[in-house]
Amino acid sequence: MADKEEQKEKVPLAQAFFDNIFLLLVLGIVVPVVFYTIWGLLEIASIPLAK
Amino acid sequence: MAAVFRTCAHTGLKVHNQAERLIKVHAVAGVLSILFGGIAALLVLLTRWPAVHLLDPTNYYRALTFHGMNMLIFWIIFFEIAILYFAGPILLGSRVAWPRIGWVGFALMAAGSILIDVAILQGGADVMFTSYVPMRAVSHFYLGWILFAVGALLGVCNFFATLVVARAERTYEGSISLVTFGGATAAIIALVTLAHGAIIYIPTWLWSMGYVQNIDAGMYRLVFWGLGHPSQQINVTAMVAVWYLLATLTVGAIPVNEKVCRTAFLLYILFINLASAHHLLVDPQLSPAWKVWNTSYGMYLAVLASMVHGMTVPASVEVAQRRKGLSKGLFEWLAKAPWGNPSFAALVLSITLFGFMGGITGVTFGAEQVNIISHNTLRIPGHFHSTVVAGTTLAFMGLTYYVVPLIWRRAVVWPRLATFQAYAFGLGIMIFAGGMTTAGSYAVPRRHWDVQFANSIFQPPVEPAAYLFLGVMGIGGLLAVLGGALYVVITVVSVFFGKRIPDVAGAVPLAAVPQDTGKHTPISGTLVLVFVFLAAFIIYYFLNWKWLSDIWLVK
Ligand code: HEM
Ligand SMILES: [Cu+2]
Repeated sequence: MADKEEQKEKVPLAQAFFDNIFLLLVLGIVVPVVFYTIWGLLEIASIPLAK
Repeated sequence: MAAVFRTCAHTGLKVHNQAERLIKVHAVAGVLSILFGGIAALLVLLTRWPAVHLLDPTNYYRALTFHGMNMLIFWIIFFEIAILYFAGPILLGSRVAWPRIGWVGFALMAAGSILIDVAILQGGADVMFTSYVPMRAVSHFYLGWILFAVGALLGVCNFFATLVVARAERTYEGSISLVTFGGATAAIIALVTLAHGAIIYIPTWLWSMGYVQNIDAGMYRLVFWGLGHPSQQINVTAMVAVWYLLATLTVGAIPVNEKVCRTAFLLYILFINLASAHHLLVDPQLSPAWKVWNTSYGMYLAVLASMVHGMTVPASVEVAQRRKGLSKGLFEWLAKAPWGNPSFAALVLSITLFGFMGGITGVTFGAEQVNIISHNTLRIPGHFHSTVVAGTTLAFMGLTYYVVPLIWRRAVVWPRLATFQAYAFGLGIMIFAGGMTTAGSYAVPRRHWDVQFANSIFQPPVEPAAYLFLGVMGIGGLLAVLGGALYVVITVVSVFFGKRIPDVAGAVPLAAVPQDTGKHTPISGTLVLVFVFLAAFIIYYFLNWKWLSDIWLVK
């Protein structure tokens, strides 16, 4: 029991981060959607229409 | 409905019967898809080989569309969902969170793929798998895409739900295994991919029925590649997870450094999808800033991750082999590896061809400047047949030779032929892609029925060497088709007629994990290979800049 508690305390920050799949999920969505999709769409949308 | 489990006698893993069944149906659908795609591969191959020039133009584009969809989308994604049902529930010893949703997802994927295949065979969708607007297919082609994407999305969500259930029910201790982590990385990328798929195909579907007037071609291309490129990155990630798994199963290797391997997966999660932009490098509607940021700064971080995996997997094999006493010189560990095991052969060929051919060409063509001399030439399919075929497909084939005994509990029939199969497919694709890439360097276009432009007003000169390399492509392709056909035959016959494997430990030979002696084990052989790789990389990169400068005279 004491052993287990000790283990819990010792989880290093990096490991806690890697264990948090849903945080990774959010990051994995935000980065490409912002840099690729939204930025790209804004550029295309800002091209003036030919007259 | 209480979950029913069995304990695998060979691996000690707790297997939920629903997980096992879901793996089976997805794998079967995948093998059917590779059969369909393979038939089309042969037809397309024999058309692009000028000495044969088999199909007429219409049938060429029809077969090309059929090949792209069945291979790139159906075979790969069905197999990947099967892998998620293994990496989630089985590796964590958990139940599948939502078995019913799992079946609904499968049904949607199956229905979607049938709708698409029917649309293509009817002649209603000769638009290739990219289906760029304003080319228009029949509406059930787009509906098929939507159903398939939603079905796959349900499979991915089921994986995440299973992670939550496994944690809540404490079916494992500490962190999830590296293979599950790789599966999670693939699932995260898949979510981004499939969301883009839904965003682009719903309006396109409405457009195909006349409810929407106009879809902007530039925006379509941008969002489509938010689907088309990341779906390849699911492959890369799933393939890397399979590499780690195969290294354990075939030689008893364990990851040399969990933190490094997980960090590399993190780089995939963050950056790999940015590289979608390399498909749009010659599109005029996007700025150089957007192109260069997404394909250089962002992408190189993901490339770094692939190179890390390309080093840690062989390193883990080297460490395992050396601990077994095969530690003479630089390469005894490699020379005395189980080369007769089809899965090991698949693993080595997959890593080597993916890195040396797929990786190097990909990074080079993904640079904005070099892209101008490779875009839309045969160099591009030459590149991706080295990644998604020699890399991913071969790794999945290698895994199949464990899935059959462990999940179907049937012995692989004709094991020697299976070994031959892995080599024939791997070396065949190597020759095929080498010929294709080189022919592309002579500016032979991709997606083109006639290399000679016989009936066109303007006839560009084609160098004779291009024909030579198209011949090399043809011969390598035939060998690969033979390997692919053997894969389907061996798998199907094994599943139906293979000898039943008794549920006793040792009935399926799995490599033992050697004792950690506590002593430092060198990885000098791997390091030599890494430097050979880097040298090849630099040479190819500089060659391309030289070719570019020859074309683009600056005075
Ligand atoms: C036996 C093995 C294979 C052979 C001989 C083969 C051959 C070919 C050929 C000749 C082309 C046409 C290139 C062109 O005309 O532009 C092609 C295109 C393509 N292949 Fe394969 N292939 C094989 C396996 C695969 C596999 C396993 C996949 C995916 C996992 C795949 C994905 C593709 C894709 C996405 C295209 C591009 C289609 C397009 O441009 O729309 N191939 N293949
Ligand atoms: Cu791409």
